[in-house]
Amino acid sequence: MEDLYREIIIDHYKNPQYRGHLDPSDIHFEDDNPLCGDHIEITLQLDTDGKVADGRFDGKGCAISQASADLLIESIIGKSIEDVKKLTKQDLLDLLGIELGPVRLKCALLSLKVLKAGIYGVSGDKSNLDE
Amino acid sequence: MALDFSSLRQDFPILRREIRPGVPLIYLDSTATAQKPCAVIDAMDIYYRTCNANIHRGVHTLAEESTLLYEQARDKVAHFINAPSSRQVIFTRNATEAINLVVNSWGRVNLKKGDLVVLTEMEHHSNLVPWQILSAELGFELGFVTVTTDGLLDLDHYRTLLAENPKAVAFTGMSNVLGTINPVAEMTQLAHAAGAVVLVDGAQSVPHLSVDVQAWDVDFMVFSAHKMLGPTGIGVLYGKLPLLEHMPPFLGGGDMIKTVHLRSFVPNELPHKFEAGTPAIAEAVGFGAAIDYLEMVGMERIAAHEQDMIAYALERLEEVPGLTVLGPVAKQKGGVAAFTLKGIHPHDVAQILDGDGIAVRAGHHCAQPLHEKFEIPATTRASFYLYSTKEEVNRLIDGLYRVKKVFGE
Repeated sequence: MEDLYREIIIDHYKNPQYRGHLDPSDIHFEDDNPLCGDHIEITLQLDTDGKVADGRFDGKGCAISQASADLLIESIIGKSIEDVKKLTKQDLLDLLGIELGPVRLKCALLSLKVLKAGIYGVSGDKSNLDE
Repeated sequence: MALDFSSLRQDFPILRREIRPGVPLIYLDSTATAQKPCAVIDAMDIYYRTCNANIHRGVHTLAEESTLLYEQARDKVAHFINAPSSRQVIFTRNATEAINLVVNSWGRVNLKKGDLVVLTEMEHHSNLVPWQILSAELGFELGFVTVTTDGLLDLDHYRTLLAENPKAVAFTGMSNVLGTINPVAEMTQLAHAAGAVVLVDGAQSVPHLSVDVQAWDVDFMVFSAHKMLGPTGIGVLYGKLPLLEHMPPFLGGGDMIKTVHLRSFVPNELPHKFEAGTPAIAEAVGFGAAIDYLEMVGMERIAAHEQDMIAYALERLEEVPGLTVLGPVAKQKGGVAAFTLKGIHPHDVAQILDGDGIAVRAGHHCAQPLHEKFEIPATTRASFYLYSTKEEVNRLIDGLYRVKKVFGE
């Protein structure tokens, strides 16, 4: 179990690089994990080429959910929206570098779910939101 | 005679389990569900191996034996809570379904726009949401007794709400988060003086304290077998006879009817009127065995053991820097300790404790409004039962220091 709390997770949880809000922002979305009350809000600014110029997350929750959000934002800065859309659950788990059971998987993937919902828009195509 | 509670542990096979090789289970989640003694597991096993049949209408031997076992379980429940008769004990799926039964049957007939129903801020979702659903439909109001900062119900506020003459009052006998033991008899008396019908959610209190529905004078009480050493899938609604007799059926189907025609039916007598379809028969048999076990140990002794456990647990938990326990002092509390650990989310606490084989619960424990009130998203909860030991509390404390170490706190 100790493996879950690798240094990288604790470090990103305690000292997040991308915690905060961008105002104004081009993309803004937030959501909860009803199971544990984790909350993630993501704001992104895009450049003229449609690439992610900057991003921030805010929220509260366990080390896994918050570290995952920090790592996710870090990984998408400079990427095109099209590439961000292609991100899979496995990409995020690779970033975290840990094996998770079904309950904690939801913690880890909340940020990706929020990110994709923000990009596709609440009423837009959600077919890629499946975990 | 003093009883060595640790000797009871050998009756619970799961307590011998190792979570990983060399890491024994420390089960501190009995408030969510209790572990089961061999007596319960064996009773259900023997039932399926030797008597299994559907109950009531069969004439063959197995059907008669099954019917007898099922009805004996009802008698045991009635005796356990001191109900005047077994007809007043209705088997449901769990405490939640029993509340839904009262809300939908009694509530639908007796509540209307402008009426008031009084609940409390410490209710489990099961005693909030059914009322919310019906209130949205019928337009009656909901009032909530406030919880004080030390985790007690504010009885002055309760009296203020009663002055508005509510039709019903529904509250928990014991909070599943704060552990607060509420003064059921006193609150019931006050409610009756205001003309209200009283429902007590006994899901947490019935497994841990002696219960006497006649002395308490409650109108309805609900509880679940699985929190009191019994199986999942069966719970109880106790109600006063005149109320139950006037209530319309909740679910329709087989067994709840006396006669059925194509366009009409006549409901069955109590308690069958509220038991539509094939019930949880093996579970009732297991429930009966659980009650036998609890009575063998003695509810007074169980309550005393848990009081001893929570006093020790609170004393040890308070030693841990950055740890805050919710709820009142040990004397006013059952065996429940929900706490926060500064800077560390409860899910992380629970996850790291699991590495030591320690099972605690993390989250809002189906009491989200209570957590909102205390402005915390979640807590870690350790809870105790008759098989819990002080050594397990020591292991929990060691585990919490390890959690702090992982987080560099």
